[in-house]
Amino acid sequence: MKKSYYLFNPGRLSRKDNTLKFVPVNEDGVDGKPKYLPVEGVKNLYCFGSLDTNSALYNFLGKNQIGVHFFDYYEHYTGSFMPKDYLLSGKVIVNQVEHYSSQKKRMIIARQFIEGASFNMLKNLKYYSKRDKDLSKQILQIEQLSKLIADTQAIDELMGIEGNIRSAYYSGFGTIINDFEMNNRTKQPPNNEVNAMISFVNMICYTACLDQIYHTQLNPTLSFLHEPGFRRYSLALDLAEVFKPLLADRLIFSLLNKKMVQKGDFDQKLNSCLLKESGRKTVMRAWDEKLNETIKHRTLDQSVSYKRLVRLECYKLVKHVMGMQEYKPFKTWW
Amino acid sequence: MKVNATLINLYTVCPRECWLHANGINMEHTSEIVYDGKLLHETSYPQRADKYSEIELSAELNGTVLTGKIDFYDAKEKVIHETKRGKSVEEAHNWQVKFYIWLLELNGVEGASGKIEYPRLRKTSEVLLSETDRDFLAESVLKIKRLIGQKECPPTINAKICKKCSYYELCYIDEIE
Repeated sequence: MKKSYYLFNPGRLSRKDNTLKFVPVNEDGVDGKPKYLPVEGVKNLYCFGSLDTNSALYNFLGKNQIGVHFFDYYEHYTGSFMPKDYLLSGKVIVNQVEHYSSQKKRMIIARQFIEGASFNMLKNLKYYSKRDKDLSKQILQIEQLSKLIADTQAIDELMGIEGNIRSAYYSGFGTIINDFEMNNRTKQPPNNEVNAMISFVNMICYTACLDQIYHTQLNPTLSFLHEPGFRRYSLALDLAEVFKPLLADRLIFSLLNKKMVQKGDFDQKLNSCLLKESGRKTVMRAWDEKLNETIKHRTLDQSVSYKRLVRLECYKLVKHVMGMQEYKPFKTWW
Repeated sequence: MKVNATLINLYTVCPRECWLHANGINMEHTSEIVYDGKLLHETSYPQRADKYSEIELSAELNGTVLTGKIDFYDAKEKVIHETKRGKSVEEAHNWQVKFYIWLLELNGVEGASGKIEYPRLRKTSEVLLSETDRDFLAESVLKIKRLIGQKECPPTINAKICKKCSYYELCYIDEIE
């Protein structure tokens, strides 16, 4: 099975025959012991440390359909190397565009994304309210806000409701998470531990969605809820809405409540808070395990990994735009 | 619109797969079985590549372009060799090879035959083209043209082979309310 690899240490990555060779380089510029990764076993690379490469490597990665996602020193996602599209279907793209450019058709899909997102957020809150956390206020708020989704006529209006749902949801995080306070959601930069975790894990979730879209005929720049951007693969943002509660938030709750990530894993500066390398490594390890965990799928009658759920969501979108089956968002059923 | 051997093969198995494939929705890359078949094809007869040649054929039939790429053609014996992994869609393999023989005929090569090799099963089977096969193929070409030109995707076939198909997830993913 192909795996994701996470490169935290600085070093040099190169092609060696049909394997990838990674030579770690320490602070004094001294080479460490090289590691070899057979190319057939690599799904994608996540690059956190500074990486020294050449174009021969990218040609090799491109031919093997391996994407590389880059993050800067402050853990911001900065971009990806994506191999050229290998699944092109003119029909799918034409239909995708049609579903974007007709306001009516676009709203149908956009509403479903928010519908799925709010359902999955509620599911999280209800899970914790059964465990004696008082989240009744937030649950009630979101339930009422969700009723407005169906009547929305414009994206702005829908995004407004989404914003209110999300702030109600985040207001419950302080209750769910035992030893940390979150207060308000802050980004750019996050001001406390919980916000730092949310920013980091959301970004990883976005790249996971992007990876899955890449293996379908969908065009990642053509989105429905988010405005298609110039530099952003905004369809990945659309999909991430549905999956953040299940993939990202649940991971954050469990890592913090099980004390797998603690205060010492964060770098608290004057007005920002970021994960240290130790924290990042713990998060990425847990993320990878989570994504490979499987559940028994209700309609497919097969074991399906969490990661696969995202791919299946892409298939549903393909079917929707091709007029084969109406898109219904993924809703956590357990 | 061109009709090729892959479409003939797929059409015999499942019209839906044929339609999806023709519309650029390919799923074969997701399948371990397909990958396995590809490896088998590449590794089964390593010495054959020198002796036999790969040929590309095309012909026109009532305004429809037919194309085919034969991996191994023994021009001396006039035998088409086709390697397959298993017999689960044997009928479709036969029609694929019959289509090649027919294409050869349309190009003026008479008396060709086919041999489907199943290295994993250690079996081979002979394929010949009959008069009724020719009619069936001509008819299939028309039906395929009509099928892939239609706007709607044909329904799922709910067959036993669906579970092993690379389109399984695409076809059967659904949400229960």
